Amino acid sequence: GFYANSSMPSQVTHELLLICTCLCSCLSLRSTAHQLCRVQSQGFLTCTYIHFFHRQEIMKWNGWGYSDSKFLYNKKGQAEFTGKRYRLSGMIIPGLREWMESTFGANLQHKTPAAPILNSSVVQPPTLNEAFLKELKSTGIPFSHDAEDRVFRSHGHCLHEIFALREGKIGRVPDLVVWPNCHNDVVKIVELACKHNVCLIPYGGGTSVSSALECPPEETRSIVSLDTSQMNRILWIDEKNLTAHVEAGIVGQDLERLLNESGYCTGHEPDSMEFSSLGGWVATRASGMKKNIYGNIEDLVVHIKMVTPRGVIEKSCQGPRMSTGPDVHHFIMGSEGTLGVVTEVTMKIRPMPEYQKYGSVVFPNFEMGVACLREVARQRCAPASIRLMDNEQFKFGHALKPQVSSIFTSFLDGLKKFYITKFKGFDPNRLCVATLLFEGDREKVLQHEKQVYDIAAKFGGLAAGEDNGQRGYMLTFVIAYLRDLGMDYYVIGESFETSMPWDRVLDICRNVKARIVRECKDKGVQFPPLSTCRVTQTYDAGACVYFYFAFNYRGLSDPVHVYEQVEHAAREEILANGGSLSHHHGVGKLRKEWMRETISSVGMGMLKSVKDYVDPNNIFGNRNLL
Amino acid sequence: MTSTYKDSGTASLNDEEEFTDILEERRRNTDLGYALRTFNPQPYKGAPSCSTSDLNKAVLESQYLRYIAKEIALETGSSVEKVRQEARGILEEMSHNLQLGFIRLMAYTFNKVFKRLFRSIYVNMEGLNMLQQAIQESPVILMPNHRSYVDFLIVSFVLFTYDIPIPVIAAGIPLASMKVVGEILRRSGAFFIRRAIGSDKLYWAVLSEYVRTIVRTGCAPLEFYVEGFRSRTLKSVVPKLGMMDMVLEPYFKGEVFDITLVPISISYDRVVEESLLALELLGVPKPKESTTGLFKASRVLQEDYGCMHVNFGRPLSVRQLCEGKINRSEYNLIPRDLPQRPSTEIQDCVNWLAHLIVRTQEEGALISPWSLMACLLLQAPITTLTEEGLQWHGLTEKTLWLRKLVLDFRGRLNWPAHTPDSDVMSSTVALHHSIVHHKAGRVYLVQDGNPASQDPLSPEEKVMRTAAAVLMLVSYRNQAFHVFVRPGILATAIHITKSTQKDELFSFFCFLRDVFSNEFIFIPGRASQDFDEACSLLQKCGAVHISQQEVTVLETGLEVLSFLQKLLQPFLESYQLIFRYLCENGAHVFTEKQFLPAVRNLATKLILSGDLHTFEVLSSDTQKNVLSALRRLEAVTKLRASQQNEYKVNKAAVRRTGDILSGKIPPESLHAIPDARL
Repeated sequence: GFYANSSMPSQVTHELLLICTCLCSCLSLRSTAHQLCRVQSQGFLTCTYIHFFHRQEIMKWNGWGYSDSKFLYNKKGQAEFTGKRYRLSGMIIPGLREWMESTFGANLQHKTPAAPILNSSVVQPPTLNEAFLKELKSTGIPFSHDAEDRVFRSHGHCLHEIFALREGKIGRVPDLVVWPNCHNDVVKIVELACKHNVCLIPYGGGTSVSSALECPPEETRSIVSLDTSQMNRILWIDEKNLTAHVEAGIVGQDLERLLNESGYCTGHEPDSMEFSSLGGWVATRASGMKKNIYGNIEDLVVHIKMVTPRGVIEKSCQGPRMSTGPDVHHFIMGSEGTLGVVTEVTMKIRPMPEYQKYGSVVFPNFEMGVACLREVARQRCAPASIRLMDNEQFKFGHALKPQVSSIFTSFLDGLKKFYITKFKGFDPNRLCVATLLFEGDREKVLQHEKQVYDIAAKFGGLAAGEDNGQRGYMLTFVIAYLRDLGMDYYVIGESFETSMPWDRVLDICRNVKARIVRECKDKGVQFPPLSTCRVTQTYDAGACVYFYFAFNYRGLSDPVHVYEQVEHAAREEILANGGSLSHHHGVGKLRKEWMRETISSVGMGMLKSVKDYVDPNNIFGNRNLL
Repeated sequence: MTSTYKDSGTASLNDEEEFTDILEERRRNTDLGYALRTFNPQPYKGAPSCSTSDLNKAVLESQYLRYIAKEIALETGSSVEKVRQEARGILEEMSHNLQLGFIRLMAYTFNKVFKRLFRSIYVNMEGLNMLQQAIQESPVILMPNHRSYVDFLIVSFVLFTYDIPIPVIAAGIPLASMKVVGEILRRSGAFFIRRAIGSDKLYWAVLSEYVRTIVRTGCAPLEFYVEGFRSRTLKSVVPKLGMMDMVLEPYFKGEVFDITLVPISISYDRVVEESLLALELLGVPKPKESTTGLFKASRVLQEDYGCMHVNFGRPLSVRQLCEGKINRSEYNLIPRDLPQRPSTEIQDCVNWLAHLIVRTQEEGALISPWSLMACLLLQAPITTLTEEGLQWHGLTEKTLWLRKLVLDFRGRLNWPAHTPDSDVMSSTVALHHSIVHHKAGRVYLVQDGNPASQDPLSPEEKVMRTAAAVLMLVSYRNQAFHVFVRPGILATAIHITKSTQKDELFSFFCFLRDVFSNEFIFIPGRASQDFDEACSLLQKCGAVHISQQEVTVLETGLEVLSFLQKLLQPFLESYQLIFRYLCENGAHVFTEKQFLPAVRNLATKLILSGDLHTFEVLSSDTQKNVLSALRRLEAVTKLRASQQNEYKVNKAAVRRTGDILSGKIPPESLHAIPDARL
C-alpha cells in the first residue's frame, strides 16, 4: 500500500487510503488491459508489466524476469521451462540436466533453494525526511515506503545482489519510492530533493549489472528511488524526419511494440530489452544487438531532456549533427544517474524491415571464426547481427535444445552432426558457431546473405541452418533465467563484457578464459568452472566480447567472495591485454576502481568538475562512476 | 630404470630427490633399438603442428618484419624488396630445421659417446614429470647452464629418451660453420645467432621475430643459455638480457597466457674441456670450433669423466613471477606488431627474472666432493702444493668438516651414500689425476709441462704453468662458490670492518655485493634478504650470534669465518691489485687490448716477488669483471666515440673504491643504500 504516516491526523490517512484504493483499482484495470500477449521476432511472448507500481506482483523479487517463467527439474528429473511467454516455455529440455551435471559436477540431490518470500522484518525501517515528504505529498505525486517496493528497487542483477536476496539478506535500501508521471513531476521532485537535501536514485528497468542501483551504505540522508516507469508514453512520431519523442521510462519491448503498431521500429535491441528502459540506455551508453543497421544508443539519440539540480538541460533544436563545442549529450550518455534524470528523448526511427532471416555458420575452430568476423567487418558487410560463440557455448546451446517432436528432426540433426564432424573432419571439441540475423528487403537480404556465406566459406565455415541461428538469439533472452536454476543447485555465475581492437580479440578471449580457470583453482573452487566467451559485435576497428563464467560452489564457505575475486582478476586480465573497462554495461560501483587508469586523471577531473557544477550537493548520490 | 640413488647429504633439505641413471638402460639395450624407438610426445595444447617452413614463412610475412623492412629501406635508400631479400638470407642462416630422423641419429651417436665419457648421467625424474606437464599447458623455455660443449644437446637427448617434445636451441654461429656437424645440429633443432650483432637493425628484427614466433605458437620448447655463453670459470655468469627480452615479450604483450621457465642445472664431476678453459683464461687463444678439431678431440674419449647430473628445476610461471611487478597495459596503445621499447619497469623485471633463473640454476647444481677439496687446496700456500705436498689426512679431515658446513648452508651435495668417505675422496682425486696426484700420504698439484720441449722454462712461463693448474682448481672451487658467497661476504665484512654493529656490517655487505656483482649472482633489489640469509646461515653453523643490533663472532665460529674469508681473499686481492694498477701505472685512457696483458705482466712480477698470493688475477675473466665493476661504479667510463673499446679512468674514484674495500673509509660515501628494512 501507499505511504501512511501514523503520526498524521487520521482524517488525512483516511483520505490517502481512499486515493490509494482508487489508484489501485485503476491500475489493475490498466494492467489487465495490457496483458495481451504477442509473439515477437526474438521468440519471446511479451506481456507488459510496466504500468504496475508494484512490479514484484508479476516479477521475481529475487531472480530474473517474470515470476511465471523459470527453469526447473520436474518430477522425472527433466529440465523444463515454465510459463507461456517464450518460445521455450512449456518445453522439456532433455539435454540440460546432463550438461549441468557434466559441466559443473552439479547434482539434483544437492539443492540450494532460495528464501521463498521476503521477510519484511529484516528490512530496515525507512529514514524519512519529514519536510520533504510533506511537500511531496502536496504535489500529488504517488509514493510508497512499503518494504517490498523499496527492496525491489534496491538492486540490479549482479550475482552478489541476487545471491543475497535469495538468502533473505537485505542491506541498505531506498527509504521511499516515488513515481513521477511526467517531466514536470520530475522537475518538482528534484527541486524538493535539493531543497531538503534528499538523495535521489533514478530507477528505470532495474537490469543493471554494475552495482549501479545499490544504495551507498555510507549515505546518511534519506534515499528516494525515483521510478520512471509511469513515464512511458510515445509523445509524438515525426514521420517526415523519422523521429519519435518518447518518455524515458518506457521499456524496450513496449517501445518497439508501440512503434510497430505505426509501422516503425527503433531497431535498438539490447539483450535486456524486455525490461530495460530508454532512460537507462541513455544513462549507461547501451548497445543493441542490431547496431550494425541501427547504431548504438549514441547514434540513435537526436535530443535529450534531463532534469538536474541546476535545472533542465536540453538542446535548442534537433539538427542531426552540430558543431557547437563538445556535445553535451555526451555528458548525459553514460552519466549513470549521477547528474540527473533523463525524462524525454527524441530518437531516430525506421520503417519496420520487410524481411528477416536468421542463419548460422559452423567453423572448424574459434580462430577461423574470428578471422571471418574480422573480414566481414573489413568489408563492412556485417548483417544486422553477427555473433560468434566459442566451443563451450556451442555445446551449451546444444544442451538447451528442446525435445524434438518428430523422429525425422532428430534423424536430420544426427545427419548434420555426422556431416560436420565425420565428413568435414571438424573436431567437436574445437568447432564453433556464428549466428546471423539479416534484415531489410527480401532481395537485398538474400544477396547480403550470399556475400556473408561466401566470406565464411573462405575461413572454412559451413552454413548450418536458420534454426541454429534463431535458437542462438532465443537463448539470449532465457540465459538470464538459467542462472536462477543454477543457483538452485550450487552453481553461480555471471556474464561480463569488454571491447578491444581486432588484433587482440583472440588473445583476450584465450587469456581471460584461462585466467578464470586458474583463479578458480587458486581460490579453492572444487570443480572446473565454465569459462566461455562470444564475440557479439563487430566494428571497423574492433569487437565486443562477452564472457560467461560459472562454477559449482559446493565446499566453499564464501562463494560470492570467491566469485567476486575471480571476476576482479578477469577484469584485470582484460585491462592488461588492452580490453576496455566496459563496452555497454557501464561502470556503476562495481568497476569504479579502474576509472582513473581508464580515462586518466585529467579525464577524471573533467567528469568531476561537471558533477560539481551540475550537482554540487550530490543529490544524485548513487556514487556511480567517479 | 632400476638404478636410482638419493643424493644422500641433502636428504634433510631437499626431500629426497630421486635421480635416475639414464645410461643404465642404454647399456643393457642396443643403441640402434633406442634410436629407432617410437617417439610420440604430447605437445603444447592447442599448438598447431608447425613445420620449419611454416615457421619461417610466418616470420618473414609478419607485420613486424614488414614494418622494419620499410623503415630500413627508407633509412638506407634501398628498396623494400631488397631489404626483405636480405632478411630472407638472415633467416636462412639462422633457422633450425628440426627433423626427427636427425634426432634419432643424434641419439644414436650420443649414446655411443656418452657411454664412453661418463659412468652415469643422472636425471631427476620428478623434474621431468613436471616438465612434461608444463609443456602441455604453456610455451616452455628450457634454460640450462652451460659448462661444457657436451651439454649442448644433452637436454634434447634426455627429452627424446622420455618422450617429451624436442626443443629448438639457440646456438652461437661458430657452431653452424662447422662442416657437417653444423648441419646435423641444425637438423637436431639448433638455430644460430651471430655473436656480435651490435646495431644491425635488420638482424635484430629477424632474430627477435623468429624467437617470438616460436614462443607465440608454442610449436616447440625453446632452449637457450641465459648466461649467453659457456662459462669458462664454471661459475655462473651474469645473465644476458637480449634473448630473455625476446622470449618474454609475447607474455608482456598478452599474446600467450603464460610462459613457463624451466631452469636446468647441469653439473659435472669432471668437465671435458677443463684444461682448455684454463688456458683460454690465461690468454692462450681458444681453438676455433671446427669439425676436424672435434675429431682431434677424440682423445678425450679415452678419459673417464665420472658422472653428469641433469637437474630439471621446478617449472616457473612467468605470470606468477611478474605479478604485481609490472603493468602490461603499457603495450595497449601501440599496435603490438610495431617495435616498442619496454619501460624501465619491464626492463628491471626482465633483469630480475634472468638473475632469478641463474640463482635457481645454482641452487639446483650438485656439488661434488672434488669441489670441496678444491676450495681447501686453494687455501694452502702454493709452494705446499707444488713442492712439499699437502697432507692427505689433513685434507680429508677438512673436507669432511666442509661437507658438514655445506649441508648447514643448504647446498646440494653429490656425495655417494653407500661408500666409505675415504674411498669417495680417494676415487675423486683419482678421477682428477690431471690436476692433482696423491702419493705417499701427500697431494701435489700436477703441472702439465711440455716435457718434449728441450728449453728450460723461464720464471714467467713457470708462473703461467702453475697458474693453468691453479685455474683448473679454481674452476672446480667455483662450482661450489654460490653456497658460500653470501655468508662469505658477511665474513669478509666482519673481517674488514672489525665491527659488530649490524647496520655498519650491512652497508659494507651491500658495498661488497655491489663491487662483486659481476663475479657472483645477486638478485637485484634483494640486498637485505641476502644479508639476512648470510646472518642466519652463519648463526646456524654456530659462527656468530645475532641480536637486534649486533653480530658477535663466537669462539666456535673462527674456523668457519676464517675459511670463508680466505675463500673470498683472492677476489679482494685481485681487485685491489687492478685498482692499484689503474691508479699508479695506467694512463688515463686505455684500451682493453692494452689493459689485459699489462695487468697480467704486473701480476706475474708480483707473484714472482712474493707480493701477490693469488693466481686468479691472471684470469682474463677476473680482469674483465673488475673493469665492469668499475664502470658500474662510474670510476671508469667507456668512450662512446672510440672504435677499439677505449676506457677513461677516474683515478680518484678508483682509489676511493680501493680504500673502502680495504676498510680505510666507510662505504656510505659511495652509494646511498636503498633499503626498506633499515
